[in-house]
Amino acid sequence: MASMLNGNMSRRYFVKVLGAAGAIGATGALAACGSSSSSSSSTGSDSGSGAAKFKLGHIGPLTGAAAIYGNATQNGAQIAVDEINAEGGDIQFDLISEDDEHDPEKSVNAYHNLMDQGMQILVGTTTTTPCVAVSTETNNDRVFELTPSASSVNVIGGEDIGADNPRKDNVFQMCFTDPNQGTASAKYISEQQLGSKIAIIYNNADAYSTGIYNKFTDEAKDLGLEIVSTSTFTDDSATDFSVQVGDAKSSGADLVFLPIYYQPASLILTEANKQGFAPKFFGVDGMDGILTVEGFDTSLAEGVMLLTPFNADADDDLTKSFVSKYKDQYGDTPNQFAADAYDCVYVIKELIENSGVTADQAAADMCDALIAAITDSGYSHDGLTGEGMTWKDTGEVSKDPKGMIIENGAYVGM
Amino acid sequence: MAGRSRGLSRTTVSNLVTYALVVIAFVVVQAMVSNRMLTYSLQGQLVPICAYIVMAVSLNLVVGLSGELSLGHAGFMSVGAFTGIVVAASLADAIPNPVLRLIVAMLFGGGFAAIAGFLIGIPVMRLHGDYLAIVTLAFGEIIKNLLNNLYVGIDDAGVHFSFSSAEALGMAQGGKVVINGPQGAVGITKLSTFVIGFVLVLLAVFVVLNLKGSRSGRAIMAVRDNRIAAESVGINTTKYRLMAFVLSAALAGMAGVLYGMNYSSIVPKKFDFNTSILILVFVVLGGMGSIRGSIISATVLTILPEALRAVNDYRMLLYAIVLILVMLVTNNPTLKQLWRRIKGSFRRTPKEPAVASEGGDVDA
Repeated sequence: MASMLNGNMSRRYFVKVLGAAGAIGATGALAACGSSSSSSSSTGSDSGSGAAKFKLGHIGPLTGAAAIYGNATQNGAQIAVDEINAEGGDIQFDLISEDDEHDPEKSVNAYHNLMDQGMQILVGTTTTTPCVAVSTETNNDRVFELTPSASSVNVIGGEDIGADNPRKDNVFQMCFTDPNQGTASAKYISEQQLGSKIAIIYNNADAYSTGIYNKFTDEAKDLGLEIVSTSTFTDDSATDFSVQVGDAKSSGADLVFLPIYYQPASLILTEANKQGFAPKFFGVDGMDGILTVEGFDTSLAEGVMLLTPFNADADDDLTKSFVSKYKDQYGDTPNQFAADAYDCVYVIKELIENSGVTADQAAADMCDALIAAITDSGYSHDGLTGEGMTWKDTGEVSKDPKGMIIENGAYVGM
Repeated sequence: MAGRSRGLSRTTVSNLVTYALVVIAFVVVQAMVSNRMLTYSLQGQLVPICAYIVMAVSLNLVVGLSGELSLGHAGFMSVGAFTGIVVAASLADAIPNPVLRLIVAMLFGGGFAAIAGFLIGIPVMRLHGDYLAIVTLAFGEIIKNLLNNLYVGIDDAGVHFSFSSAEALGMAQGGKVVINGPQGAVGITKLSTFVIGFVLVLLAVFVVLNLKGSRSGRAIMAVRDNRIAAESVGINTTKYRLMAFVLSAALAGMAGVLYGMNYSSIVPKKFDFNTSILILVFVVLGGMGSIRGSIISATVLTILPEALRAVNDYRMLLYAIVLILVMLVTNNPTLKQLWRRIKGSFRRTPKEPAVASEGGDVDA
């Protein structure tokens, strides 16, 4: 202890203190540029109209492993908001977005933060697990919630799973529910006779993947599809798939069903190529995005089939204009998450028009009017992800899934 | 220290300061809540903060008092959380009072976590240092993976368990799946409140501080400081290390119940290695062995990422910088010296010899 008072040590400590001071200074500078960038982004969506704005909240993973989804929904929603504001109509939006890192606790925190900022309607949350927690909060607080991509039934409630899980009547989905994807996939494979011996590789630590898997196997049994191999992985072991692919190969599968996100799927395709295993691959909406994986040889994805509601190569005007705007602003081809969020904002705009709620109302006051408007039998929406979309009071959307196949590095409708 | 003749001993004063800190913080926050002065965001974090404080205080028992590095503390939290959820769900009709039901759930959660701690403790307590750290890490992962494959349902016949799928539970009509494998528990009736969280924090602090001052606590610290010397005076080292470990697991289990019952859904993946490390950071940042430090650092580090939301993308960068700065500053001898001088000018009595500067500086 006494040695620290010696003169020969003091220079080192001086340097340390200086370093600490420098770091504090840097922190200040970072904080300054951070706050200036956030304020500039919020003014970017300004328009001439002086009318009060509806505060739309958005929650999604903007950082972390699932960041691609959160950023996609944020960008998609932002494009829709900018378009609506630029039209200069009576309805003007202010989009406020918070990060949840794909974590339920942080997502609830983000939701509370948005409530502090005066959010009136929630577009979110993007990913399933956090959304289950947040939708209960919005249900308690009576905030109207339309999620672009949280697909579990637990998000909307009403299934007999869970100790006490009544229907959350303020929550609606833009995407298909997991069970629907599972049954739709099995039906599609059976109808189109894509394969007779099916192998499944799924993530058994993920609600989304397990949800689809369970319904797929139920439906496959009814349809008489033969499942020859089922293997699992978890997020912690999603780096090596030699065992799973080897199992599928040795069981002689001619179709591999992958109800998983695109990142592990890209590794599976690479591994299958390495093992010289070339069955048909069939994915669901989580597969969307596989062509944008960095370092992935996209030629391996040739012939991969997936069920998704959105096709960036469709040649209708709406899709074309959305895709070109998205490419201009964010330098990327939009995936279905972005398209879902874009549709969400337009649905909310129409609901506001139909129900006649005003921007000075509190969130809880407009909630019931919006619920009545979306479940109204006369209401349907034509958007990027489907035509004539309607919502039942269960919260599920009704629209047709589109089968896509990857050809020459692009999604083509089947 | 107990042998001091004049008035209250330093330890007692320090303990009282810790209690006072917790109580004052509670009173202030409650007053702010009732006057609607607290933001929605902070209000939502009150229960998680309480849970994290209990986690940090309980881990401090192992890391600070017993001197072992445990990297699987979140495992006990999840055992507690999921036990508590099942107990609370199955007692929904038997005990209508939510507070009572939560307390019963906490007792079960704490008990099951203690059993898990005991079972894990048997092999773990044969190891030391890095080996022990790695084995606890492995056990944390094992617990997470077991829970990922656990299905629990409740119907009129009772509680059903399965390790394969929800369908395999074979439940009667009207039965409900409480824990659904990787999808975790959904539709949890939220029972946790800030008041209960506060009581649990007080309980944890009371247990740990009293243990520290007791004969057993001194034995645990003796084993930490010099195992051979402790053994030579007849202390049963395994017994005392296991005592700290199991007690810590029990408190973590109760914190898990508090945390789990605060959200409508909870997944096993939440209680992974990262959560264990997060809690370890609370303990290390607050000062190993310092209960007050754990309380403060758990609170500050839980609020900090939320408070930094205004700076968007730089949030986690700033969080990391703050961590590094706090570590540097609290370990900077010059600043330590300065702090000691400031403290010394308030205290008339002659300073203690510098023994308490490194390992034993528990109350500072």
